[in-house]
Amino acid sequence: MSDVLLVGTDLRKSFGKTPALDGAGMSVAAGEVVAVLGPSGSGKSTLLHCLAGIVAPESGTVVYAGRELSAMGDKERSALRRGEFGFVFQFGQLVPELTCLENVALPLRLGGTPRKAAEAAAREWLGRVRVDEVADKRPGEVSGGQGQRVAVARALVTRPKVIFADEPTGALDSLSGEEVMRLLVGTARETGAAVVLVTHEARVAAYSDREVVVRDGRTREPEHAW
Amino acid sequence: MSIGHALLGLLETGPRHGYDLKRAYDERFGQDRPLAYGQVYSTLSRLLRNGLVEESGVEPGGGPDRKRYAITHAGVTDVAEWLVTPEKPQIYLQSALYTKVVLALMSGRSAEDVLDAQRVAHLKAMRELTARKQEGDLADQLICDHALFHLEADLRWLELTTARLADLGAQVAS
Repeated sequence: MSDVLLVGTDLRKSFGKTPALDGAGMSVAAGEVVAVLGPSGSGKSTLLHCLAGIVAPESGTVVYAGRELSAMGDKERSALRRGEFGFVFQFGQLVPELTCLENVALPLRLGGTPRKAAEAAAREWLGRVRVDEVADKRPGEVSGGQGQRVAVARALVTRPKVIFADEPTGALDSLSGEEVMRLLVGTARETGAAVVLVTHEARVAAYSDREVVVRDGRTREPEHAW
Repeated sequence: MSIGHALLGLLETGPRHGYDLKRAYDERFGQDRPLAYGQVYSTLSRLLRNGLVEESGVEPGGGPDRKRYAITHAGVTDVAEWLVTPEKPQIYLQSALYTKVVLALMSGRSAEDVLDAQRVAHLKAMRELTARKQEGDLADQLICDHALFHLEADLRWLELTTARLADLGAQVAS
């Protein structure tokens, strides 16, 4: 496969005696939107966490842009996650004490961008995902759909190369979920970011370019041999 | 889908001639299947025969196809009844897919491959509908959503059946 950005190979991970991944693997090309489908407990979130360097697999490798994640130190891996990866989760990802604007600016601030510049960029992103009006509100004061759009803005503000989205519409009604998906995939395509999209909903997966199915900790890609 | 009732419903907004009716129908309901002229005129003559529409004049210079049609009181009653009569829920108990899964299990082939191939085809169709929805107007969005929800229901069945293949295999073998 050409232009591969991220590859996980033969990943194994257990939680206690329960195996979550049992030789799973997948690849993501630059700018590609890949859905990871599977039933609850199949291991799809663990796969995402391994690919994003949040969880270390017991065996197997994750290679991002030619660099193996397990060979990196914690500091280097954190810097990679902050600078090159963006994250959108189902809920609980925004810092409740900060305003929405400060939440979006946070990844830039952690990367050393001065406050004024970080907040200017954050304001621009809130506009792009059409929630300018919540800039000064705290996450607890906005709707679920608005909160997810703020999360999308926060994931994209550093212009990451890969966005990891774990059930990004899981807590939303159909209409809000659709709006979030349109914005997430639309803005990712505009900025050239790849998206790894974990979902159990086919309508959400339909925004992807292709899908990988996880069952019992193993991946299945019938259309895509690599 | 009852074309006669759809035409009657369109005529409730005012009299129209056949060409006008076809255009209005195609615009609102015929995205994938525009009406053939013959179908419009045969439906109109049936509605006329049943007293649900009447001729309400001829456009100047027009031939037979320039006749204007208006809905009658009987036609309005008919549309009203049709609107509140629920459509029959479509239940696919004789699913070709179920048959394929059982036959795959009986013959020792991979039923998972059968289900996977179908999932790929379903998701492909869903991607096309999603793309069309994003480019279309509200009418397109509603039509595509209807199809998307149905395909999603099929996919949920595919997933559940995949999870039950071991049990199903044991039953088929016994």
